[in-house]
Parts: sequence; C-alpha cells; structure tokens
Amino acid sequence: MYRYDEFDERFVRDRVRQFRSQVERRLDGSLSDDEFKPLRLKNGLYLQLHAYMLRVAVPYGTLDSRQLRQLALIAEKYDKGYAHFTTRQNLQYNWPKLKDVPDILDLLADVEMHAIQTSGNCIRNVTSDQFAGVAKDEVEDPRVTAELIRQWSSLHPEFVWLPRKFKIAVTGAGHDRAAIKVHDIGIRILRHPETNEVGYEIVVGGGLGRTPMIGKVVRSFLPKAELLAYLEAILRVYNAEGRRDNKFKARVKILVHETGEEEFRARVEAEYAKLNGPTVNAPEGEVERIAAYFAPPAYETLPERSEALEAARASDPALDRFVEQNGFAHKVPGYIALTVSLKGIGEVPGDMTDAQMRAFADIAERYSMDELRVTHSQNLVLPHVKLDEVAEVYAALKANGLATANAGLITDIIACPGLDYCALATAKSIPIAQAISKTFADDDRQREIGELPIKISGCINACGHHHVGAIGILGLEKSGVENYQITVGGDASENAALGERVGPGIDADQVPGAVEALVSVYLRERQGSERFVDTVRRAGLDPFKAGFQAFVSGAGQEAAE
Amino acid sequence: MTTTATILIRPEGQVADEWTSVATAADLSLVEGPAIVPFDAIDAALAERRNAPLGVHLPNHVAPDAVEPYLTQVALVSVAFPAFSDGRGFSLAKRIRRAGFTGRLRATGPLIADQFADALACGFDEVALPEAVATRQPAEQWVEARSIVRDHYQSGYEGGASILEQRRAAAAAKAEGSHA
Repeated sequence: MYRYDEFDERFVRDRVRQFRSQVERRLDGSLSDDEFKPLRLKNGLYLQLHAYMLRVAVPYGTLDSRQLRQLALIAEKYDKGYAHFTTRQNLQYNWPKLKDVPDILDLLADVEMHAIQTSGNCIRNVTSDQFAGVAKDEVEDPRVTAELIRQWSSLHPEFVWLPRKFKIAVTGAGHDRAAIKVHDIGIRILRHPETNEVGYEIVVGGGLGRTPMIGKVVRSFLPKAELLAYLEAILRVYNAEGRRDNKFKARVKILVHETGEEEFRARVEAEYAKLNGPTVNAPEGEVERIAAYFAPPAYETLPERSEALEAARASDPALDRFVEQNGFAHKVPGYIALTVSLKGIGEVPGDMTDAQMRAFADIAERYSMDELRVTHSQNLVLPHVKLDEVAEVYAALKANGLATANAGLITDIIACPGLDYCALATAKSIPIAQAISKTFADDDRQREIGELPIKISGCINACGHHHVGAIGILGLEKSGVENYQITVGGDASENAALGERVGPGIDADQVPGAVEALVSVYLRERQGSERFVDTVRRAGLDPFKAGFQAFVSGAGQEAAE
Repeated sequence: MTTTATILIRPEGQVADEWTSVATAADLSLVEGPAIVPFDAIDAALAERRNAPLGVHLPNHVAPDAVEPYLTQVALVSVAFPAFSDGRGFSLAKRIRRAGFTGRLRATGPLIADQFADALACGFDEVALPEAVATRQPAEQWVEARSIVRDHYQSGYEGGASILEQRRAAAAAKAEGSHA
C-alpha cells in the first residue's frame, strides 16, 4: 500500500489548515455563502436534506486496518455510529456538524486520509479495480497509475474550476471492473500489440447522469511516461471549451459529443503537441518510487489446493456456498480474495456500523495482510486470504453479520442514498432496494437466477448507476408521486452498454413484482449458462417488454377488482 | 473610462494601479499614462501609436491563436474572470505564457483569496479585484491565503519545484552523499 512521505503529510495538513481558515472566513463574513459553497464542496462537505454530509476519499478503494479503525472512531464520535460506502469507492458520514469538520479532517490526516476533491467541479477521487494486484488477468497493478493521478490532480492550480465534475478511473486488467467506459476519462493499461511495451488506452467522454454515454477512445496507445502531459492536454481543452451556460450540458461527454469525436481528438492532440511534455510528466524515478509501495506482499509458498478448506466446505454447506459465491481467484496459489457483502437481506446497501468496521479491521489485519478494498458496488474485499484460513475468516465475518453469500447476485443491489438523505433526490431508492432484497431473500432462488446486478438511482443524476444495471431502476417524481422507470441490459464492463426501458414508469410498491416478472422472462428464455444480461442481448428487448407489460396490466386489474 | 473601481493585489500586497482601462481606442486621448483597451479595440489602439504603454483586456473565451500576434506589442494582458467559479482564465493565462508573453499578466474580476496561489501558478502577476470583494477580502487575506498550502504536486507551473521534483532532487542528493 502507498504510504505518505513527508511531502504528502505536509500537504494534507496544510489542506486541513486551509479549510479551517475558509470556515473561519465564512463565519466572519469575509467569504459570502456563494463563495464558501464550492470551497466546502471541494473538501467533500455537502449540505443535505437534514444535515451536512462529509465524503471521505478512499483513493482507488484501498484501506488498511488502522485507517478503517479511525473511520470507525469518527463514525462513533461525530456520526450516529455508522458510515456509508458509496458507488465511487468513497465513504460518507451523514450527520457531522460543520464546527466538527476541521477536527474530523485532522483525524483523517492522522491516518493518511483526506476529503480532498470528493465533490465540486474538479477532478474527483480516482477509482480503480477492487481486485488490483490480485487478478490473474492483470497487465499491471492500476493503483500505481491511480496514485500518480491522485497526487497530480490534488489542488491542481489550473483545473479546480472546471465546467463540471470530472471522474477518472483506471483498470489494469482485461476484464474491466472499474467501469472505465462510463467515466470522464477511462484509462486501460495494456501492452502494445507489436512492441509489447506497457502503455495506456485513453477513453474520454463516457458518463451516466441524465445523458448517458459510452466513452470514445482518444488515444489507443499512450507511452506510460507521457501520462500526466496527456491528461493536462485533455483537461485544458475541456476547461477552455466545455460548456458553462448549462450545468446539464457541462460534462466533457457533451463536449466530445457536440464537437465530434474526430475534432475533439484533433484538439487534444494539437494541445498536446504544443505543451512541453517533459516539464509536466512525472520525473524519472517517481513512478518507480510509487510502484515500490505496491510491490506484492510477502506471500507464502502454498499448494494450489487447501485440504483444510476442502474438508470444511464439505462439512459446512453455508461456508461452501459463501466461498463459491464471494470468492475471487487469486493470482498466487493458496490464496483467495473474498468479497464481503454490505447487502444483508433488507439492510441499507453500503452501510456499516462502527462495531462492524472495527471487527472487520481486525479480520483484515489478521487474515488479509492488513489490507482491504472498497468496491464500486458498495461492498468490501479481503484481497489476500490464505485458503487454509478461509473457514476461520468466514466464522469471524458471520459473527459480525458480514457473511452474506450474495456477491453479484440479485440482492447485491447498488442504491444511491435517495430521498432518505439526498437534497437532489426525486424518489426513495434505499427502501426499494430493501423491498427487492426481501422478495428474493431465498438463497436457492438467488442462486438459480445467478449474476444479476440491480442498480437503483433516486434521481436523474444516476449516482446509483442505473443505466449500467442488468436491471436498472430510476426513481422520479410524477405529479407528487414517486414513479420508477425500469431498464434492462445495462453493463458497466468492457462490453459497456446502456439499459433500455421496458415500459412506462410504475409505482414504488409495484417494483419488486416487476423485477420478478422480468426475472421469470429471463428464466424462461435463457439458454445454457447465459447470464441475465446475455439473454437480453441475444433475445432482445421484446420478451422483457411483454413480460413487464403483462405484469403491469395484471397489477392494474388487481387494483381495480 | 473605468467602469468599476478595482483594487490591485500582487504577491507583496495591495499596490497602486498606474493602468487605466478605457472602452474604445478613441478614449485613449482622454487618459495619460498606461492604458488598457478591450480586445476588439486593440487594432485601432495600436494604430494610434501612443508613447505610453498599452495593455489589452481579453474575454476568457478568446481563441489563443487570435491573441498571439499581439503579445509582442502590448505590455500588459488582462484576462476577464466574469465569476470566480469560471476557471477558463487559468488555462488562457497558461497558454498566453506558453506563447512567450513576458509582460504583466493580470486577472480582472471577482476572484477570491483562495484562488491567489493558483492564479500566480498559472502565470498571472496580479489580480484587479472589484472594490466590493476587496472590502470583504482585503489584501492581507490574499497574502495569507496564498501561502497556507506550501507545496504543489504539479510540475510545469510557477512557484518553485513541485513535490515530485523535490523528491527527485532529494533522492539525487542522497545518492550523491552515499558515493562520497
């Protein structure tokens, strides 16, 4: 894991002092409310429906036990005893007081953490693959690049007042778990087809929100050493030319779309040709310095197969099921990565109590080389567990209510905070997630249905990523009543696709039934080992539309009777 | 003539502004000393061939290529900031410096003290601030706000070596020491 050196430490402390000064100058009237607002947002502080919300950066989703314990302490002392993991690998506190925020930032700085640029019209916290350094199909650990970008983007003098927020994701694997095609910039680490040199594919202009778009490849191969200069060129074109007349058209995806892919690429390349790359790029040795922190931990030499685990699985079906569903193959023999679901049946997706955080920190410290990850599907990961110790880990997780075996299944639902917390929301999303979760609570039924990511957003801004859910649910407000639009076929992976509507919007209480109707279409239509999204792709939208329509008419009839 | 009263802030604090802004080239005859004309009046102003220094005021959406031919002919370039949250001026400043402009580069508009360090890093020398903002945020706050965050990660901007460059220098010095 990356560790701060004296420069990083001083920088984060200075940033806390800066925020403290900004709060003081707001209170004494030097800064107007309009001036203070973007300053607090750039430090992750929102004013929500009921209170302030502080969003803490978890850069590329990597944490250690010391950090998680500190996050637990903050939850206990300054919140209501819990915290919420978000769809961008961050963590939110929903109840801090403004006067406490500088102290919370100090506590974060004590464990090399911050809330820098987790909001506002600037470059946001950079995200990555939750299985970085673990996955077998990885060219290179993407966190080295992500950390370099974290540093480069922090308090950038030129790019803090962009037209709109700007999100960057990095993946180093063949299978894209970082959803790079739906980010403002997506970076894929790859090998040059001829020279075998490691470099980057640069994708620009993807995004969800009210105008979802799949990103375009602007550079198919960028030499690694040129990254920062190339990012500067993209950001400069966007900062100068992105629309500022309408906040709904201000993201870079709109600039790419309106300018045209070819012309946008030409403008970036023209800017890139003009700037003095060597003065911008990371100096020689810096990438190696960062990379050293992400060197593989001291794995033991272990057999591929663990007799202890096989025996335990044979005698405990629940353990067997947990490993089957939540286990992820590790590149090192004798190890496994385990997804730890924060989606217990009927629970709030992504929520964790301070007690669970402490217990989980102990587990990560003891069994996973002191490392854990946050996923963009609001779960956690123990990246380096010995197969021999999986049964012990499972028992410890179970004792803390963290052993739900539903990773990737229909109850592993992503949901934004929605109308329960968010000032922008037009509808509830958490209660919808809870209702669907209860409907499909039965383990056998979930297993029969298989991989089916449901994603729910409580407004058009799409924080719940509904466009890329195999089933996507968007909550809107229609004449004072919450109304839900259902889509199918969305996919956030390297085969990125946006979901399509199956019919008119429905009431909240109809949503679980509608999902059941869509699932029965899938179970009827599927061939072989097809996942839900595969069946939608092959069979098309029509059978799903028909099944949905039949459900809606049936439900209408029932209500009339 | 000048439309709004402004206060001029430089790294050392508030200074007197010897430049006067005029709305058209014809107005140049009404002022003595250095004067700033809008971009659409620059050709006419240059044709006047005054003896006093000339400056040009640019909207922040101007094409950098359109500005370049004038950069050797003016002593001051002012970039408009219609609002503090509109960051286009930072990129324009960077491009103007890259094009070789070595005269005074001024940010004009309601910036806030927290942007002073960034403005200087992007190549500005000074900020011409509306009096109303300066009343709330006097020059002392600008000087103080500028130096709270002492280092920056980005290379290629004004304000001394970046953190990345400092690390490299430290590593080189260490390697040197171990050879001695």
